[in-house]
This record gives sequence, structure tokens and C-alpha cells, in this order.
Amino acid sequence: MTTAAVLAVLAMACALASWRLTSARWTARAPRTAIFLWQSLGVTWGLASTGALLSYALAPRGVLPGLTALGTGMPKRLDQVLALAGGLTLLGVLIAVLLAAVAQTLSARRRHRVLLRLIARDEPGVPGVRVVDHPGAAAYCLPGLKSQVVVSAGTLRLLSPDELRAVLAHEAAHARERHDLVLLPFAALRQAVPVARIAHDAVALLIEMAADDRARRYCSAKRLATALLRFGSAGSIPAPNGALGAYSDHVMARVERLMRPATLPRHARLTIVAGSALLAMSAPLLWVI
Amino acid sequence: MSVKGLGELERSIMDVLWAEHAPLTAREVGRLIAARDLAPTTVMTVLDRLTRKGFLTRTRDGRAWRYQPAESRDAYVAELMLEALDMTGDRSAALTRFAQTVSGDEAEILRKALEELEEER
Repeated sequence: MTTAAVLAVLAMACALASWRLTSARWTARAPRTAIFLWQSLGVTWGLASTGALLSYALAPRGVLPGLTALGTGMPKRLDQVLALAGGLTLLGVLIAVLLAAVAQTLSARRRHRVLLRLIARDEPGVPGVRVVDHPGAAAYCLPGLKSQVVVSAGTLRLLSPDELRAVLAHEAAHARERHDLVLLPFAALRQAVPVARIAHDAVALLIEMAADDRARRYCSAKRLATALLRFGSAGSIPAPNGALGAYSDHVMARVERLMRPATLPRHARLTIVAGSALLAMSAPLLWVI
Repeated sequence: MSVKGLGELERSIMDVLWAEHAPLTAREVGRLIAARDLAPTTVMTVLDRLTRKGFLTRTRDGRAWRYQPAESRDAYVAELMLEALDMTGDRSAALTRFAQTVSGDEAEILRKALEELEEER
């Protein structure tokens, strides 16, 4: 029972910490560290919330030993049976949404890749980049084993050569660091737990900041900032109804930190990373004992 | 033929069919891809692949099939752009985007910030 209680407290602590983290100011000064903390909170929350139910159901055995011994004997008390059903359902839902998100993403990418092959062209001025002939502004990375960076013809017209270089450096960072894989579990979780949307949006912004930081090594920070603003305000395509309420805040936050860069002190980052690592280990440990 | 070669051929064939306004047979397609020395069976294979993927539709004409694009080129461009701008409605995680374009008040805020930034030296 003690393990179940500890896991339940851990799950609640993760939810509370996530909620606090969405409004934390330091994250913009250490996006990579913050992403690691988010991942750790996500994994721990998932394992702790399912683990709390399963641990209650399978006591006095631990979660993992109890699950492997399920074949030889089921819990008999009604509350334990209910906890078992709840725990397994939650675990099943989490795994199912993750697999569904992977499948949906892969199929959308496959179709996108084929369409690019049929439609996109190369442009001598920007080697290695695929160009789609459309007047709107778009620049993105299609991730995969061979990631592709794609821009629209509208983007080529909109941006100066320096700004374009900054955008491409940003996209190359997404491609090289596979930020899509970081975001995927949060996108999946959003399907199962709608409130996780705030975690997803926070991580999405942090990923952009991490890519901005990487790009800044290869291009002018100011050009990246003006590219962002020019791009965002191009307004070539009408926005969907009210879907982007906080959007300009995100752009402004990115511009702000590009123009006035500040990093979290090293010892603070190390402390957060170490704490995140410990946190990530706690739930698996509580599963096996 | 290599996979890359096949990919390029798919593209040339779509270009030919988009340029023509009438459905074509494999033989006619082969003739229109003039620069290449292509075996008719290769053209047939690729036409068949594109049909299976849903990019072409075909109708019987005597003993031959006539092929035409399922959608216009513009329709596919629009599909790519909708996804690129995250406007498909399902908020897909398939792509990582640089930024989105916005309109109205939000665009105005960004435009002002841009002006200020460009005035700074």
C-alpha cells in the first residue's frame, strides 16, 4: 500500500509541477534543459499514475512482479479488481494513443513525401532545399531518415538572402536533432488527456527556441528575428478561426530572446538535469520493487 | 532502374499528363517523354504504380487503358501547403514548421515589432 501511495503522490506532484512549469520564466533561458524536464515529467506521470492503480490492485506484490504473476492468481477484493481494471485501461490507452500517433504521423509523412517528389522542384540558389510553387509563406522540415527542408516560392520572395539562410539553419536544426520525435509523445498524450495540450504547446515552443539557438551559431540572430516577424506577419493565408490566439506571443517570446540572449547559469542547468534524471528513474524503480 | 530514377519518371509522367487535357495511353505518354530512351513496359509499370497510389485514374479504351491525373497539380500544391501551414484541422505532428503566418491584430503586432527592429541599428 505504501508504494501505491508514493506513486499516487508522485503522479500528482508531476501534474502540479507541469502546471507550474507552463508559466515558468527560466525555460526560455535554457530550452534544452526544460525539454528534458518535460520529458521526465511526462514519463514519470504516465508510469506513476498507472503504477499507483496497479500497485494498489496487486499489493502486497510490486507492480511488475504482480503483473507477471497475474496468471497464477487475480486480486479478489472488489476495490482491487476495480483498481486493476482502471490501471490496465489507463496503461492501454496511453500505449494505444502513442502507437496511433506514430502510425498517423508516418502515413501523413509518406503521403507528403510522395507529393513533394511529384511537385516540388530544386532551386539553384538554395541547394538541398525543395521548393513548392505557392505564393504563401511556408518553411518546414519533413522529418525522417532523410529529412527534407521545404520552402514555398512565396518564402523565397518574402525574405532577404540573409533571412532565408537563418530560416534554413533553423530548419536544419529541427532535422538534425529530430525534434519531431521529442514532440510526438506530447502530441499523442494530448489525444488521451486533453489538458496535456498545454504541455504540448509549451514543448512545441521550447523546440522552436532550441532550434533558434542552434541556428544562431550559423547566422545572424537579428536576421533570424526579422525573418520570424516578416514571416509571421506575411498574412498571405487567412488564419483559421481563432485557432492561434497565443501565436504572436510565441513569436514575440522568440524574438525577444534572440535580441537579448540570456542563459541560465550552468550550475542551475546541471541541477535541473540531475533532478530530471532522478525523477525519471523514480517511477520505474517503484514499479519493480 | 534505380528507385530515384523511378521517382523522377513518376514526376515526368505526371507533368506530361497535367500538361495534356485529355487522357492518354501508355504509348502516348512514352512518346511525349521524348528525351528518354524508355521501354514501354517501364512506362506501364510507373503508370500502374501511380494509379495504385491514387494519383491517376484510368479508363478502358478498346484494348488499352487511358490515364489522367486524379487531381490537378494546384490541388496537390494546396494540399501540401495546408499541411505546411498546419491548417488541416488535425494539428498534425508530421512536420516541424518555422513559424505560421497570422492575420488581423496578431499580424499587426508582429509588423510593428518588425518595423522597430529594422530601425534599430
